[in-house]
Amino acid sequence: MIKTDVLVIGAGPVGIFVVQQLGLIGLKAEVVDNLDKIGGQCIELYPDKPIYDIPALPECTGESLTNKLLEQIKPFKTNFHLNERVQEISKEQNNWKIITSGKKTFLSPNIIIAAGVGSFEPRKFSVKEAEKFENNGVFYSIKDKNVFKNKKVSIFGGGDSALDWAIELSKFAEVTLVHRREEFRGAEHSATIARQFEKEGKLKIKTPYQIASIEGDDKIKSITIKKDDGITEKISTDCILGFFGLIMKLGPIADWGLNLDKKTIPVNTESFQTNKEGIFAIGDICTYPGKLKLILSGFHEGALAARACFKLARPNEKYRFEFTTTSKTLQGRLGLKKSD
Amino acid sequence: MPKITYIEHNGKSHEIEVANGLTVMEGAVQNNIPGIDADCGGSCACATCHVYIKDEWFDKIPKKESAEEDMLDMAFEPEKMSRLSCQITVSDSLDGLVVKMPSKQG
Repeated sequence: MIKTDVLVIGAGPVGIFVVQQLGLIGLKAEVVDNLDKIGGQCIELYPDKPIYDIPALPECTGESLTNKLLEQIKPFKTNFHLNERVQEISKEQNNWKIITSGKKTFLSPNIIIAAGVGSFEPRKFSVKEAEKFENNGVFYSIKDKNVFKNKKVSIFGGGDSALDWAIELSKFAEVTLVHRREEFRGAEHSATIARQFEKEGKLKIKTPYQIASIEGDDKIKSITIKKDDGITEKISTDCILGFFGLIMKLGPIADWGLNLDKKTIPVNTESFQTNKEGIFAIGDICTYPGKLKLILSGFHEGALAARACFKLARPNEKYRFEFTTTSKTLQGRLGLKKSD
Repeated sequence: MPKITYIEHNGKSHEIEVANGLTVMEGAVQNNIPGIDADCGGSCACATCHVYIKDEWFDKIPKKESAEEDMLDMAFEPEKMSRLSCQITVSDSLDGLVVKMPSKQG
């Protein structure tokens, strides 16, 4: 059980910056994120795309913004719990008890939800049989490549994951790579290798095809793929792998009794508290009249939510507003040497 | 204002006036038309504003750029007439456009 002043859900730019705001006022935060890396949408959706509307940064990328924010929270030595999705929350006296998918437990008077549009999960096959065979022949990631040894494997997708795994698994499995168009969007180099392997007979490539159905009773026997014009083809296969990127799902947050407006959480704009005491929402996931889904709005929302957390984390202390330019206390928390 | 018709997967049709300069996605979201999620807010980064363009319109709207084609790889059940509605800007020449929504966005 980890005790903390604030549990932050989501390690995107807003989730990182609120750690700084909390740290300055002396509150300790722990951050949980379902992705395997820090940065949220900035890292997962657009690491290389330039961003032009962060104050004082005329141009940055999702990745450079994340790195700069991490540098800014360095003094607070924050724990990031990655690959963990917050699953359940329950009230225990004055605290919230939080349990993650990996069974980590936290006890905290405050939860700040900075979860964007929800947690990232793999996009799945559209055919209905895919659900039945999930983890029993249908996979969306590879934990141990050896399970595919000497198997017939059909890989779907046109990005780097699909290409890299098709090339890798073709060394010891019978691989068919299926993609909806002729062009692959993954690295040109990988696409060239895949085409070379195809010529050498090490790998089959089927384009432009998409999945039409999966056949089998207790395990997969074959799949049928189809072209846009309706032409189909049956492929004998043991397992299929889908690499269609990630999609954002609100997930368990929807079950916590919070008021919801479509996929967003209404908050009051004084404290960014939701309808539950001690649960706040900031960044893209919160909504209020005039809400703008900009990173800079999320920073402001975090600053206010942090002050509201102080009341619940330090009920017997009075919060005092101070500036980093003049306050020795704040400068001390930032690890700066006292100037004379 | 140009009129755009959005047809939900269940067949329910919505004819909406959308101002020039907005995207087809924004027209749907601002009018609470179900079936278009637009998780990323219109930056061509999520493929959850996927629509099927009615055949006769497909060649009349500006062609897709490669970033959109790349994103369509991730869309739910993409077809020949698939587009991302955040990449189609409404103008007078699109008056009467008909788009259909997929059964879901992912």
